[in-house]
Amino acid sequence: MTTSLADVASSGATLRAFLHGLPGVDRVGADQRAAMLGTRSIKTTAKAQAIDLAISMVDLTTLEGADTPGKVRALCAKARHPGEGAPRVAAVCVYPDLVHVAAGALAGSGVKVASVATAFPSGRSSLEVKVSETKLAVAAGADEIDMVIDRGAFLAGDHLKVYEEIAAVKAACGDAHLKVILETGELATYDNVRRASWLAMLAGGDFIKTSTGKVSPAATLPVTLIMLEAVRDFRDATGRQVGVKPAGGIRTTKDAIKNLVLVNETAGDDWLSPDWFRLGASSLLNDLLMQRQKLATGRYAGPDYFTLD
Amino acid sequence: MSRLAVRKTYKLFIGGAFPRSESGRSYPVTSPKGDFLANASRASRKDARDAVSAARKAFPGWSGATAYNRGQILYRIAEMLEGRRAQFADELGLGKKAALESVDAAIDRLVWYAGWSDKITSVRGTANPVAGPYFNLSTPEPTGVVAVVAPADPLLGLVSVVAPVIVTGNACVVVAAERTPLPAITLAEVLATSDLPGGVVNILTGHQAELAPWLAAHMDVNALDLTGVTDADLALRCEQDAAENLKRVLGPAGDDWSGDPGLGRMTAFLETKTVWHPMGV
Repeated sequence: MTTSLADVASSGATLRAFLHGLPGVDRVGADQRAAMLGTRSIKTTAKAQAIDLAISMVDLTTLEGADTPGKVRALCAKARHPGEGAPRVAAVCVYPDLVHVAAGALAGSGVKVASVATAFPSGRSSLEVKVSETKLAVAAGADEIDMVIDRGAFLAGDHLKVYEEIAAVKAACGDAHLKVILETGELATYDNVRRASWLAMLAGGDFIKTSTGKVSPAATLPVTLIMLEAVRDFRDATGRQVGVKPAGGIRTTKDAIKNLVLVNETAGDDWLSPDWFRLGASSLLNDLLMQRQKLATGRYAGPDYFTLD
Repeated sequence: MSRLAVRKTYKLFIGGAFPRSESGRSYPVTSPKGDFLANASRASRKDARDAVSAARKAFPGWSGATAYNRGQILYRIAEMLEGRRAQFADELGLGKKAALESVDAAIDRLVWYAGWSDKITSVRGTANPVAGPYFNLSTPEPTGVVAVVAPADPLLGLVSVVAPVIVTGNACVVVAAERTPLPAITLAEVLATSDLPGGVVNILTGHQAELAPWLAAHMDVNALDLTGVTDADLALRCEQDAAENLKRVLGPAGDDWSGDPGLGRMTAFLETKTVWHPMGV
């Protein structure tokens, strides 16, 4: 496989042949394995460590039409200091026009600024618009760009178009990291998830991300499992490590810990760091903080004592 | 040919559903004479946690419903209870006459509280005279999620502590009487068919000493009713834990429920809100 990887994208036909030559996903097997790993019991000190690791992996996200600079600043303040003794989160994810606000509020904190781009969430626009939106976000101070793939082209079988779009956006990113959103809820099959993962990695994505959060189902465990298998196999084949970011629908500490178990058992502990695994979420952080407080004080925490965001 | 009887499994009542305890535990319930009656679920702290979440989720809808609507639903509970008089009388394990009297008293108690739903605001609220062009109104509002430790009287006692909590718009988590929990679960079947939204009343069966401290310490519980706590040390510890987030606490009480209930149990779980309104244009 290694020999052919360099030039699989030389034409639509070779790319298609490669992606369709990937082994099929055993749907029942993937569901069962994800469910089985989800039953692992993580308690006491291990749980405390898992919670802190999960907090440090959170991409605190606000992607609403009603976002205001004030809301972004409040979110940034929370990202820097989520709670007493808690680590800071990995990044704050906003729309491109609010990147300058986030970049100002996070300067010097070590928290990255992520921006969605490329006509998020549908991706239905021309390549020129997508590339210039990416450049604007980077110029405004984004460290990471979350792009969406053209699902229409992917489902129509035009893999080369998707590949070239990702490559063009990657070029526009410059030093910024590129996360490629596959929107798995719209890809219909697990086989497509595996193909889209490989496509995104071949085209140069630094991270592959499950969903925009605007489509249901979003980040389910089996989908994350398949993407983790893909990044593991990709590193074996090429030596390049790619990160994974499940996003959308992860709301509880239990969900977050299930994801961490999945990472450890599938890709290995090389991926158990905010550099290689992220959790895209907004309400998850409060639940992590509440569980953290429960472990610290021995009493169940209540949402009245945490910020509304 | 004799048929095989279908026996009831007594489970918990959380969020309008009847789950078993997540811990998988149960404990035997016996009659006063010591005969085995049934196994009841023995709820764990995690069931208590789930019950509090369910109550919290139900609270906005229930407290936002009109007082008239809440009264109708309480009245409906009384109706459903009336239809099951004989079943409850059997389950109470008293003499036939005493049991029926106790069930009737429970039904009457519900009707009594149902009537208070749209009157308590007039009785406990005030229009305050102020030196300015404003209306100044004080109105009682429900406290939120109330954790209740039910007294030993399995039906009349239970109804007498739950009805005043929910009639004003609170949601509650009830720890049923430890030795006599079966009528509480049968009452849950009544509640589930009375248009009471799921989660407004959640009933746990199990050990008081195991569940009460977790509810007393829970930061998302707003008030604590220790009526059924018999152990003075446990009551003291619960009150101390409740102080952490300033829960309203109603202390342990005796177990005679035949008298006039009064307004005390309702007002214990109300807080008064005073608002200034500009007058006219």
